[in-house]
Parts: sequence; structure tokens; C-alpha cells
Amino acid sequence: MAEIKLDSKIPSGPLAEKWTRHKAAIKVVSPANKRKMEIIVVGTGLGGASAAATLGELGYNVKIFCISDSPRRAHSIAAQGGINAAKNYQNDNDSVYRLFYDTIKGGDFRAREANVYRLAEVSNLIIDKCVAQGVPFAREYGGLLANRSFGGAQVSRTFYARGQTGQQLLLGAYASLNRQIAAGTVKSYNRREMLDLVLIDGKARGIIVRNLETGEIERYGAHAVVIATGGYGNTYFLSTNAMNSNGSALIQCYKKGACFANPCFVQIHPTCIPVHGKQQSKLTLMSESLRNDGKIWTPKKLEDVEKLRKKQIKPSQIPEEDRDYYLERRYPAFGNLVPRDVASRAAKERCDAGYGVNDTGLAVFLDFAEPIKRLGRKAIEERYGNLFQMYEKITDVNPYEEPMQIYPAIHYTMGGLWVDYNLMTTIPGLYAIGEANFSDHGGNRLGASALMQGLADGYYVLPNTIGDYLSADIQTPKTDVNHPAFEEAENRVKARIEKLFKIKGKQTVDELHKKLGNIMWEYVGMARNEKGLKKAIKLIDELTKEFWTDVLVPGKNGDFNQELEKALRLADFLEIGKLIALDALDRRESCGGHFREEMQTEEGEAKRDDANYMYVAAWEYRENQDPKLHKEPLNYEVVKVSTRNYKN
Amino acid sequence: MKFTLKVWRQKNAKSKGRFETYKIDNISPDTSFLEMLDILNNNLVHEGKEPVAFDHDCREGICGMCSLYINGRAHGPDDEITTCQLHMRKFKDGDTITIEPWRSAAFPVVKDLVVNRRAFDQILQAGGFISISGIVPDANAIPIRKEDADESMDASACIGCGACVATCKNGSAMLFVAARVSALERLPQGKIEAAKRAKSMVQKMDELGFGACSNTQACEAECPKGISIAHIARLNRLFIQAKLQD
Ligand SMILES: Cc1cc2nc3c(=O)[nH]c(=O)nc-3n(C[C@H](O)[C@H](O)[C@H](O)COP(=O)(O)OP(=O)(O)OC[C@H]3O[C@@H](n4cnc5c(N)ncnc54)[C@H](O)[C@@H]3O)c2cc1C
Ligand code: SF4
Ligand code: FES
Repeated sequence: MAEIKLDSKIPSGPLAEKWTRHKAAIKVVSPANKRKMEIIVVGTGLGGASAAATLGELGYNVKIFCISDSPRRAHSIAAQGGINAAKNYQNDNDSVYRLFYDTIKGGDFRAREANVYRLAEVSNLIIDKCVAQGVPFAREYGGLLANRSFGGAQVSRTFYARGQTGQQLLLGAYASLNRQIAAGTVKSYNRREMLDLVLIDGKARGIIVRNLETGEIERYGAHAVVIATGGYGNTYFLSTNAMNSNGSALIQCYKKGACFANPCFVQIHPTCIPVHGKQQSKLTLMSESLRNDGKIWTPKKLEDVEKLRKKQIKPSQIPEEDRDYYLERRYPAFGNLVPRDVASRAAKERCDAGYGVNDTGLAVFLDFAEPIKRLGRKAIEERYGNLFQMYEKITDVNPYEEPMQIYPAIHYTMGGLWVDYNLMTTIPGLYAIGEANFSDHGGNRLGASALMQGLADGYYVLPNTIGDYLSADIQTPKTDVNHPAFEEAENRVKARIEKLFKIKGKQTVDELHKKLGNIMWEYVGMARNEKGLKKAIKLIDELTKEFWTDVLVPGKNGDFNQELEKALRLADFLEIGKLIALDALDRRESCGGHFREEMQTEEGEAKRDDANYMYVAAWEYRENQDPKLHKEPLNYEVVKVSTRNYKN
Repeated sequence: MKFTLKVWRQKNAKSKGRFETYKIDNISPDTSFLEMLDILNNNLVHEGKEPVAFDHDCREGICGMCSLYINGRAHGPDDEITTCQLHMRKFKDGDTITIEPWRSAAFPVVKDLVVNRRAFDQILQAGGFISISGIVPDANAIPIRKEDADESMDASACIGCGACVATCKNGSAMLFVAARVSALERLPQGKIEAAKRAKSMVQKMDELGFGACSNTQACEAECPKGISIAHIARLNRLFIQAKLQD
């Protein structure tokens, strides 16, 4: 394999002109040649669906793959709260620059200026496109679009469709995709899981997939491959991600030479329904939008905590003066709307100090009594009706009467495949978009920015930048799937599957996955330290051995087999888990979602170390030894790097 | 809690299925229905038996992946929720629970409780979109009445689960089709192709083996998202309009 040298390919020129200049400079492929080019897109979330639809509209031949029975079911469908854009429709002094700045600052100065500026720039086009597709965004009585606020921002720039923004945006992208499928430019392969990437002469040329209905192993070739498979939050077993969300495609690409960037930047969302028992399969998010009106608190007195746990009093009976609105107390300027990492750590701090309000001691209140009194129940119902209903269905508590209980949970992964400004990984012809790449959120993602990034990548960035690469490939014929590289990759996949069946051990996949989740949450979760991380690495190594000698996978391959699907994914989660821990160990600073206990101020705030860690950590896979760390230095030309301050 | 489960087992689309009975114990009332099935499957794997195949993903009632006919009702005994949002506290200790897949000619069984709903994608490919691409006007260029946007959103809440089809004695997909047609028709940008869209989607639905609507309203009663049959009336109007234009 060629020596990896990171080149971010950031265009020269003033920040605000980089994207325009770059677009003017990159090559385009003529319509006649586009028809001859084939592109594989793996994943049908906002990233994949928007990219495939747009590439199809441009005239490329696209093949798109997903795990579920329909592209519409991708995990993006579950996003609730909203999508940001710098429209400044509210005339509250928002701008492309302000959205850019908030995102850079929210990311704790660990993202690339040029990428983030571009993101803010195209954000406005996204809203236009979605409205034209028929996305029913919330509107004011005058007929114009409505906005709300999200954490980490002091302006109102979030567009939303009730509590189902992700669903509506995905239905828009899926509709555009359907139009292209009908037109014949896109072919959709559902219930297919990518199991390996195929390289020919060092370039990405195809994938090996398992047909999940029949168990058959299939080969697909193309001129370029786009990974849009989402984040790897399920490494932790319990998370807000959908059950089938996984990090396998990332690991497959990593093992073929794509660097994995900033794996330790994992976002823990402050407002999730607390864990209720050992049998739980996933955690449910309560949208961040609730923090627009809801107030977060714990009791001031430990005796009230005691009574709450024994169910002797109801939370609503605790008088105002005995409540600690700890976010408003610690961060007066942003109050309940501090960024997620800050809010999560503050909740942990209160619970560690013994103020957790449920029987596990791991919960705080999110209270709507005050806004209901101020605005009326109807207004609250209009804003959050379906979220309140969801909460009640799960917990049997009516949040109109008693406050919700919430606790932080794994939610999003800022890390992912390393990509350059064109969204290309370190493998030529292999692109990564959406949550699968690392590009725009630095150490922490702001609310309503993932949807924006996925759609920016898919609708506006990749369809332009991929042309630059493909224009050099117009003479290359269709990839032949009988090439020995496909043969070899397919055989490896088959051997791996056979190996899993042969183990016939004593533990089920879920049992082993829960063990990994416990290690990750305990030592690589909200607070990390050197000793714990070293221990985690050792434990994960041991668990990996245990997995490969003791897992029990029933059935056989040539069949619909969900246990096998899970086993293949867990094998990769084990590798990601270790990578997260290694990266967290390397990054001896507290930054964004990554909090090293050794690095905090006396008040318990995060302490960044710009002198030593102002870089993207890109990990290169090496067989039978620890991965190699490459550092991409981050240069801030426009923004003045400062300590994040949400206090005043 | 303790339950007796009668679960439909079927190897694949071609084979004949049958019910198998399983006992399950130690289930907390706070456990969700699908978590209960996870526990069953974990037990089955340990016993060397094949786990029950069932579809699911988000487990939040939004992806439309889960299905299941539970005690004769699509998505089980609770109203306006999906199977993944159902909790065991809705059952009585000691209950016998019957679990079946969606049964409809247009949704063939893949295995056990998993069915193939590709026909829904095909209906939408026949016209469930607004034909735009490239750069479009500013989002606020066309003001839209809040009431219309809200109605569009009501219809657009459909998750494509297929409960309406499974519940309908005719196996009709009218509620699903009407929801999409209505969601787009309520908006000015969707009105332009509304009649044509209605016609091609209904034609596709017929072609794919879904039954005709005889207005039994069972679909509305079982729809987890409360999609109203009023949308079917709108679809019918648009369909007739398209026919007249032919
Ligand atoms: C509960 C929840 C609420 C959220 N709310 C918001 C919000 O309000 N605003 C916001 O901006 N962000 C939100 N987010 C984050 C946001 O939803 C995600 O980051 C984003 O949707 C990811 O989109 P994606 O296209 O990258 O991937 P996904 O939507 O995760 O799609 C991944 C796709 O890849 C496919 N896939 C995966 N692996 C394979 C494989 N090996 N082979 C074939 N196919 C594969 C899957 O089937 C799927 O189609 C939320 C996240 C959660 C969990
Ligand atoms: S109309 Fe209702 S029941 Fe039918 S697919 Fe949509 S959400 Fe499911
Ligand atoms: S699993 Fe997504 S709706 Fe039930």
C-alpha cells in the first residue's frame, strides 16, 4: 500500500470565496460521458438518498444500497428537532458567517474552517430545495416559514416539521430518489448489506454485499464508491441510534486504507429517556428542541431526592426555591440552551453528587410547568405534541402534569472516515458523506446541524466534487466484477461468515455486545482518564478474543439470518471500540464531546490544549499492530480561537 | 410477568407456515413488545433453536419497519402506536399472545414475521414526487397557508408500515396512496401534478395486486399515525378529475 499523506486540498483564497472558486476550477463531466459512468452509493439516509438522487438527475448511473426493505427507513427518518440554515428570515442578525462561527465554536475549534464555511453557505439552498420538494415545514399564520432555536445558538435559525423533521426531509430526498428510479438513472438494492470494499489498482471500484433475504453474496462494480452509512454510536450497545445502525462499512474501508478520523469524538445527548432495566435494547431521544421551553433541574435538598426516589412526593410538589436550575445557574448567558456536551456533563455532575431523581440515581428533570402556565397547554401541544405522546407511551407518565425525566445517552459520532475538501477519503475514488465522515463538526456537533450536513454533502457538495475525479476516468470501461480483486474479496467475506458459524460458542451476539457497551460507557463514556482508557483497551482485546471463540451464531448462511447480521456488525464494533479508546488516550485534552478528567479547570469545565492537540487525528490501519496516527494540523485563518464560554 | 406466545413460523415465501407455542417468564411491565421478542430469541438461540425473524429498526414509531399482527390487531392492542412502541404493561400477566405477520397478497412473507413491502416503493415511484431538480426559488417565495401546511404534514406523517393494507379485508392500499397524494396536493408546488399523480399511483396500486377500497374504514382505525380517511375522498376527487382530463 502506498504511504499515506494527508492532503486536505483546501482551496486557496479568502474563506468566503473558496467554494465558488473551487467549483469554477474543478472539472465537469459531459452529459454523454456521465451516462457511461457508474457510481455506487451505500446508504439511503439523508446523505445517501440526496446524493444518489442528485447524481441521477445529473445523468450518472447510480446503484444505491440499504439494509432495510425500503430506502425510506434509513435512520435519518428518526431525526426530530430540525435543520439549521442561515436564512436570517427572522431578521435576528443571523448570517452565513454567524452560522459558520457558531458551528466552529460549538465544535470546540477542531473542525476545518473551509469545510464549515461551505456548509453554512449551502445551508440556504437546502431549505429552498426541500420546500420545492414539498417538505411541509412549520409555518406562521402569514404563510412564511417558522423557526425555533437550538443549543449553542442565540438566533432562531432552525427549520422544522413538527417533531418529525428528519422524516419529512428524508421523504423529500426519497421522493427525488424515486423519481430517478422511475427514470432509470438509479437502481435501488434494498435489504443488501455491504461487507467489503473492492480496490483495483488502488482505486475504489466496487463492493461485496450480502443479500439479506437470501444470504447470497453479490458483487457490484462502479467507477467510484460513496459511503453514506451513518454513524457508529451503536458501538456502545445502548444509544439513540436505530437498531441496524452500524460502523461496519467504515471498518471495511479503514482496513482497505481509508484513514479513520477523530473516532473519540462521540456525542452524548443530554435529553434522553433514562435507562429502565437490563433488558433494554435502545434509548429514546427527547428532542433538543424541548430545551427551547423546558427547564432542567434537580432538587436542592438531598432529602427531597430521597423522597422522590421513594415516591413519597411528586416532583411538582417541590417548591420553586428548593429547585436547582443548574444550567441557568452555571451558564446564565445560554441557560438551558448550552451545547450538548456541556449540558450532558452538567447532568452527570449533579447525578454524581447524589441528586439524581430516579431509583437508579441517573436522571434529572425537564420541566414544562412554567411554559405551560405562560403560553397555555395548547401552544406546548402544538410545538411538542408528538414528543409528549411518545414520552408517555414509554414511561407511563404524563409530561403535561409531571416533569420528564432525562439522562444523557450516546447519540451521534463526529468522527468518521477522513475526507479531504472534496469529501474523498485517503483511497482514490472512495467518498464518505453524512455522519459517516468526520468533516464538519469538530469535537461536538450542534443540534440541527447533522441534517444540514448530510443534505449539503449529498445535494450540493459531492455531486460537484466527484465530477473532478471522474473526469479523469471517462475512458475507463465498466468495472468487470470477474476481476480477481472481486474474487478475493468475496472469498474473504465468505470465509469470515463460515468462521462465525463454526465457533458454536456459548454466548449470544447481544450478550457480547452488551459487554462491549458496558466497557465503553464505563471507561470511554462521558468522562475519560488515562488509567480507565488503558483498562478499556485491555478489556476490549480480551472481549474480542472471547467473541471469536465463544459466540453462538445459529442457522446457516444461505438464508435470512438476523443473528449473523448482528454478529458481523459486532465483530466490527469491537474494532471501532478499540479505536475510540486509542484515540481518546492520545488526545490528552478536554475538547467537545471528549472529556479527559486530567484536563479540567477548578470549576470542572473542560480544558483544551491548543498548543498540542490542534489537529485532526487520522488513524491508518496496520495488520497485527496498533494503527498509525497521522495528524492534520488545523489552521485558523479567520476565526480567533478562544475558550468556549457560554456563561456570559 | 409471564406469557404464552403463539408465533407464526414460516421458512420462506414458498413454504407453508404454522404456529409454534413458546412460554416466556420474568418480563417486566416496562419492557417493550419487541424487547420481549429479543428476550425470546436470546432464549431460543441458547436452546439451539432458530430465533424468530421480525423487522424493526428505529424502535421509536417512525421508520415503519416493524409490523406484526398481535392478537388479531395490526400493531397490537393499543391505539395510534406502532408495535415497537407497545409495552408489556398493556397485557395481563399470564396472557396468551398470538403474533402473525402482515397478511396480504401484495406483501409476500420473507420469513416468519418478516414481509416484503417493495410494492409500496413501486407505487411511490409511479408518481409520489414533485418533478423538480436543480436550483429552485427561495423557500419563502411562495407563502403557504398555515392550515394547508399543517394538513400536508398530517398526511405526510404516514410511515409506510402497511398496517392499513394488512387490516383491510380487500387488501387495499388506498389510505397509504391517499396520504402521499394529499400531502403533496395541499401545497401549491404539489398541485401542479396532482391529478396525474393520483391517477398513476392508483393505477400502479391496482397493477400490483392491492384490492379495491370498499370504504370499510378499518384502515383508519388501525393506522398508527392516525391518517384520516378524508384523504381517500380527496384522492378519489383527483382521480376522477384526471379521468375527465383524459
Ligand atoms: C433520535 C435522533 C434524532 C436526531 N435528530 C436530529 C435533528 O433534529 N437534527 C439533526 O440535524 N440531526 C439529528 N440527528 C442526527 C441525524 O439524524 C443523523 O446524523 C443523520 O440522519 C445521519 O444521516 P446519514 O445519511 O449520514 O446516515 P443514516 O441516516 O444513518 O443512514 C445510513 C444508511 O446506510 C445504510 N447502511 C448502513 N450500513 C450499511 C451497509 N454495510 N451496507 C448497506 N447499507 C448500509 C442504512 O441502511 C441506511 O440506509 C438525530 C439522530 C437521532 C439518533
Ligand atoms: S396510512 Fe397509516 S397504516 Fe397505512 S402505511 Fe401509512 S402509517 Fe401505516
Ligand atoms: S421499529 Fe421503526 S416504527 Fe417500529
